[in-house]
Amino acid sequence: MAFTVQHLDAWYGRKQALFDVNLSVEPQTVTAMIGPSGCGKSTFVRCLNRMHEEVPDARVNGTVLVDGFDIYARSIKPRHVRQHIGMVFQQPNVLPTRSIFDNVAMGPRINGTAHGSALRELVESSLQQAALWDEVKDKLDAPATALSGGQQQRLCIARAVANKPQILLMDEPCSALDPISTLQVEELIGQLKESYTIIIVTHNMSQAGRVADRTVFFLLGKLIEEGETKELFSHPHKKETEDYISGRFG
Amino acid sequence: MSATVSERDSSAPNPFQPPQSARGIQRQFSNGCLVVLATLFALLAVGVLIYLLFILNGIRYINLDFFLNLPTPNGEPGGGMGPAIQGTIILVGLASLFGIPLGIFTAIYLSEFGRGRLANVVRSLVDLLTGVPTIIFGLFAWVIIVVPQQTFSGFAGGVALGIIMIPIVARTTEDVLHLVPREQREASLALGATEARTTLRVVIPAALSGIVTGIVLAMARVAGETAPLLMTAFGTTFRNSGIFQPMDALTLRVYNFTLSPYQLQVNQAYAGAFVLILLILITSFTVRWFTGGFRRRF
Repeated sequence: MAFTVQHLDAWYGRKQALFDVNLSVEPQTVTAMIGPSGCGKSTFVRCLNRMHEEVPDARVNGTVLVDGFDIYARSIKPRHVRQHIGMVFQQPNVLPTRSIFDNVAMGPRINGTAHGSALRELVESSLQQAALWDEVKDKLDAPATALSGGQQQRLCIARAVANKPQILLMDEPCSALDPISTLQVEELIGQLKESYTIIIVTHNMSQAGRVADRTVFFLLGKLIEEGETKELFSHPHKKETEDYISGRFG
Repeated sequence: MSATVSERDSSAPNPFQPPQSARGIQRQFSNGCLVVLATLFALLAVGVLIYLLFILNGIRYINLDFFLNLPTPNGEPGGGMGPAIQGTIILVGLASLFGIPLGIFTAIYLSEFGRGRLANVVRSLVDLLTGVPTIIFGLFAWVIIVVPQQTFSGFAGGVALGIIMIPIVARTTEDVLHLVPREQREASLALGATEARTTLRVVIPAALSGIVTGIVLAMARVAGETAPLLMTAFGTTFRNSGIFQPMDALTLRVYNFTLSPYQLQVNQAYAGAFVLILLILITSFTVRWFTGGFRRRF
């Protein structure tokens, strides 16, 4: 699915976090959002599946078209948007009171998309897609908290994938992970790209270089520059972008 | 890089040595005082419970008759508090029947859905209710139930106690619901769950042990109430005959017998107090055992 974002503004109470963001994203690509802390990149991806409005007093203005459909249209309910646009968060937020199986099965159960043996197959294939199946296949009933941090994050990816979303938003998915788990998640992103449109927030520029087809640079709530990842890193057009990627600030 | 870890300049002051200044000594002294005071007061608080349980020693007067028999007139031997024990259990049960759901739904509203002025008003009112003397709730139940029905009743007592439970359950539940990390709500919402489903399937299970602790606390509180029962359940020295008739309660019986001129009844008042404490302890331990409340989940 393709994204078109037009004139997007976002607020937390009276504080404006995004200013007139315009962006188009092609289907089956990986797009990285980079920029210093507090630049609005997380806020931006949370606007793409209507999670931003879950923060008290948060507000959005503008248009987000997914394959031409406006997800902020009056007749659209947030939960139907989120069902099709999955999200992986910065901290692995598995549910501690549930088993590994039940964590992955959450989405299909919520949306009534699979039951019984179909559900079991879906959980297995999702865990395989998240490269976690071999590590957990013998302990699906164990509590999700029995897994390591890296495994928990892959479990969260499996949980998002089990919903069969067309788009996957990842909000700094590797920031709580060690280098080996990070590598695994990055390889996973490469594989998932074949079937999903992926948008990943990262403050690690080399990660953007490794996984993303295109990269978008945010600063102080504004989209400064976007382009082919290689192009953006080697020949940035804007001075702010050059300053940031060359490590002069941020 | 030639120096080994154990070598050091002998003339250098040891940075880990506590400072010998007056300020340092004063600091150590006040630190010590606080530890001693905290320990002392903690022991004092527990001491009250130990005094009630073992020194007053109501346990001496407890026998099978005490649990089964009716109170005897004029302090004749062989009497018991059967109806009072039964009554307390029924009254707390009645109170829980609507005190717990109302309290929990209030908490869910305040924590999950309440925004703006209405929520603030509700929250302040709940706070206010916690501080209202419980006899007021007895008066309320007396006005709306006892007067129209023209009889004291266990039902009226249950209503009074139930209202007392609402703010206790609501406040403790709201507090533990707030402790559930926002990330867990988002995990559910991001998959397309409704807010109601998120609350019921994610937030409440995560907070369950804390909610149960709050409920047990509220049950213990109302099990020990006397004043609101004086004008609602009233008490009886006969068998309890249904919830729409006057009903005895341990606290009422203890209250009446403590003032009795007969030594036997005064002794039984101590025994009643002991049983009441025991009842609360047992409920509290069993419920918390079953919900794993002894382990904090987060």
